[in-house]
Amino acid sequence: MWRSLWTLVRRDISLIVMRRQDVLTVVAFFVIVTTLFPLAVGPEPEILRALAPGGVWVAAALASLISLDRLFADDWRDGTLEQIVLGRQPLPLVALGKITAHWLSLGLPLVVISPLLGYSLGLRGFELAVLAWSLALGTPVLSLLGATGAALMLGVRAGGALMALLVLPLYVPVLVIGSGAVNEAMHQAGPYAHLSLLGAMLAIALPLAPLAVAGALRISLD
Amino acid sequence: MLSARDLSCRRGGRPLFAGIGFSVEPGQLLFVRGRNGCGKTTLLRAICGLTELESGHVYLNGEDIRKLDDSARADIVYVGHRDAVKDEFTPLENLAVHQGLRGERHDETRCLDTLEEVGLAGYEDVPVRFLSQGQRRRTALARLLLSSSPLWVLDEPLTALDTGAVDWLLDRLNKHLAQGGLAVTTSHQTFDGLHEANCLDLS
Repeated sequence: MWRSLWTLVRRDISLIVMRRQDVLTVVAFFVIVTTLFPLAVGPEPEILRALAPGGVWVAAALASLISLDRLFADDWRDGTLEQIVLGRQPLPLVALGKITAHWLSLGLPLVVISPLLGYSLGLRGFELAVLAWSLALGTPVLSLLGATGAALMLGVRAGGALMALLVLPLYVPVLVIGSGAVNEAMHQAGPYAHLSLLGAMLAIALPLAPLAVAGALRISLD
Repeated sequence: MLSARDLSCRRGGRPLFAGIGFSVEPGQLLFVRGRNGCGKTTLLRAICGLTELESGHVYLNGEDIRKLDDSARADIVYVGHRDAVKDEFTPLENLAVHQGLRGERHDETRCLDTLEEVGLAGYEDVPVRFLSQGQRRRTALARLLLSSSPLWVLDEPLTALDTGAVDWLLDRLNKHLAQGGLAVTTSHQTFDGLHEANCLDLS
């Protein structure tokens, strides 16, 4: 069973890495949206600094959303998903494996470059660390929630737009608490309550979302 | 042994088939025929447990196919319309992934032998997107040889195959049946030279 999962995770990562444009698109999207803020709002450092936590987090949430489009779609289209369902391993674990691979190749890069974008908007030192931490805890939750939407939308025409409608409301609590953590850090309050809440969300989503994804995949394949 | 009683299915509010039953003993082939849209693919997917039917159950060795435990599911190998071959990977990598997903250890020599047998010698390291439709199909069919699953479910296996490959597939199918395997297949072409074919006409 672990061999199957390991194969799956490795396969998904190497597929995403082979199609470099997926990673590049998501990262470029993240960078471009964040750099649009100074252009639209103006160069006053104080305003940009105040907008930074929300701006980076909204950009990360949207980047995560667009990256989820192809999480299951390619495997569904070419029949691999049928083979995976017929395989030996339990479907929720498969789902978890695919989400892990997806986050490692498309979510982690966002976390890694977020301090750079935060710095460009005026965040400093500890705030940058909190930003990266909040994204490291928050983007896996976004991937887990989004995967449920992606699985439900398989084979639906204009699924991308519908998925945004379905998934974005679920992103709201993560967004509020994630940017809240950075805000707290900026106002010399401890961000730890917010970070703990994000951790709690991850702890809940990690076992439950794969079950929902597995159910949704079975419905989509039926 | 594979058996089914009283299968019926609706798609989009329209009945596809009703009251279908069959029984396939080891060494037998079930050949599902019918016009386009009569539910052949749906029936095959139901036999694998992928599709839920409106009524009826499919049993493999007495166990309900929708409730098979994880190891018993390895008794089925399914080659569908969509051939589950990744364009980005080479045929060899595709087979390695397939073995991994089935929980088997990757056996490179066996994969290479299999690819040679399906006529892909020399193409092992060429990404599938550079291969022809027929060669993709051969990559998919190579999965049959890698597994020791007793039940083969083949949906239109002859699509895009040339005559040499068709002969090869029929030969392998006959060998599989002779060894006590079971097979369910659909095709619009006629299969010549198959022994013990039971026909199930859906239309």
